[in-house]
Amino acid sequence: MNIAQILSIFISSVFLYNVILSRFLGLCSFFAISKETKPALAMSLAVMFVITTSSIITWLLYRFLLVPFNLTYLRTISFILVIASFVQFVEMAVRKISPSMYRVFGIYLPLITVNCAVLGVAVLNVDMFFVDGKAIPGSLFYSLFQGICVGLGYTLAMLLMSGIRERLELVQIPRSVKDLPIAFIIASIMGLSFMGFSGFKF
Amino acid sequence: MKKFFKEFSKGIFKENPTFVLALGLCPTLAVSVSLLNGLGMGIAATFVLLGSNIIISLIRNFIPEKIRIPCFIVVIATFVTVVEMLMKAYSPGLDRALGIYIPLIVVNCIVLGRAEAYASKNNVFNSLSDALGMGIGFIWALLLISGIREFLGSGKLYGYKLIKGFKPPAIFILPAGALLVIGLLLGFFSLLKEKRK
Repeated sequence: MNIAQILSIFISSVFLYNVILSRFLGLCSFFAISKETKPALAMSLAVMFVITTSSIITWLLYRFLLVPFNLTYLRTISFILVIASFVQFVEMAVRKISPSMYRVFGIYLPLITVNCAVLGVAVLNVDMFFVDGKAIPGSLFYSLFQGICVGLGYTLAMLLMSGIRERLELVQIPRSVKDLPIAFIIASIMGLSFMGFSGFKF
Repeated sequence: MKKFFKEFSKGIFKENPTFVLALGLCPTLAVSVSLLNGLGMGIAATFVLLGSNIIISLIRNFIPEKIRIPCFIVVIATFVTVVEMLMKAYSPGLDRALGIYIPLIVVNCIVLGRAEAYASKNNVFNSLSDALGMGIGFIWALLLISGIREFLGSGKLYGYKLIKGFKPPAIFILPAGALLVIGLLLGFFSLLKEKRK
């Protein structure tokens, strides 16, 4: 575990390979919920929580169940099942413990099950932090940290996008590019500016 | 037979998954760097769509209403695993190029969307034609996008250089270019729809 590796995980998952603008994961929720800032923030926080916790769970599952029994080909099925049931569990827990929080976050939770960012990060962690089926040193910490950073990157893109789209309401744009097409074009311009980060060297 | 063609053709134009329903955009954007990648992704997703639609419409009467989504996901994930293993065995190059987007077919909204909206309510024959139509709709959308991006971004089509002395703007094979191309295409198709009215 070293500082350079941690820093490079942070920079690459928040800016360089931003989960939305460069890896294109979680686009459906990105375009559907970024019309206003408040729900966008709530959705981002929920996504961040689920990505972080599910990266730990899937790491443990992979390390202690799939690798020892030589079942790594079941990765996709087992990961998606665990994520889906975990999200369902969180939804029930939140509804029971705090109804007011459920009203803010709860409605977004079922959507997160099919958010590709969650499964994408789980698969990515396994691809990056396991070499020949063996966990590299500090692998669990890296996975956890990458989960948090991808969540941060998601939040950043979501907040920027929702801020822009709120203002877009007041602008006259051609009818045929209204809503989705213009959102894509804006995202493209945002992606261009994020490409500027790729000049950094470590 | 008439119904077969109706179900088959709706996915290709009227309810095209990419341009009209705007589903399954994540893989569409990520892998459409070249025609070959686009075609590979399209065929993989169509295979999963066909398999899951057939199985789900066969077992639709045995699935309890409340846990239908996890059941669908298990069926879909099984077919995705089959595709993953086949691709690793028979075309490792394509497997490397598509990377994590192959396991991510599980959460492709097109597949789950068709299972939920169509296969869980209709018989096997119609579900098969629905899956075929949607799959072909997805493939041609992917081919169009990846063709435009490959031609503009690297000056080639299917790996062959077409025009001599054409200096391609590399932005089109970068992520920002994908968003731009899809944004403009979506705008173009909604303009066409308006004109037709």
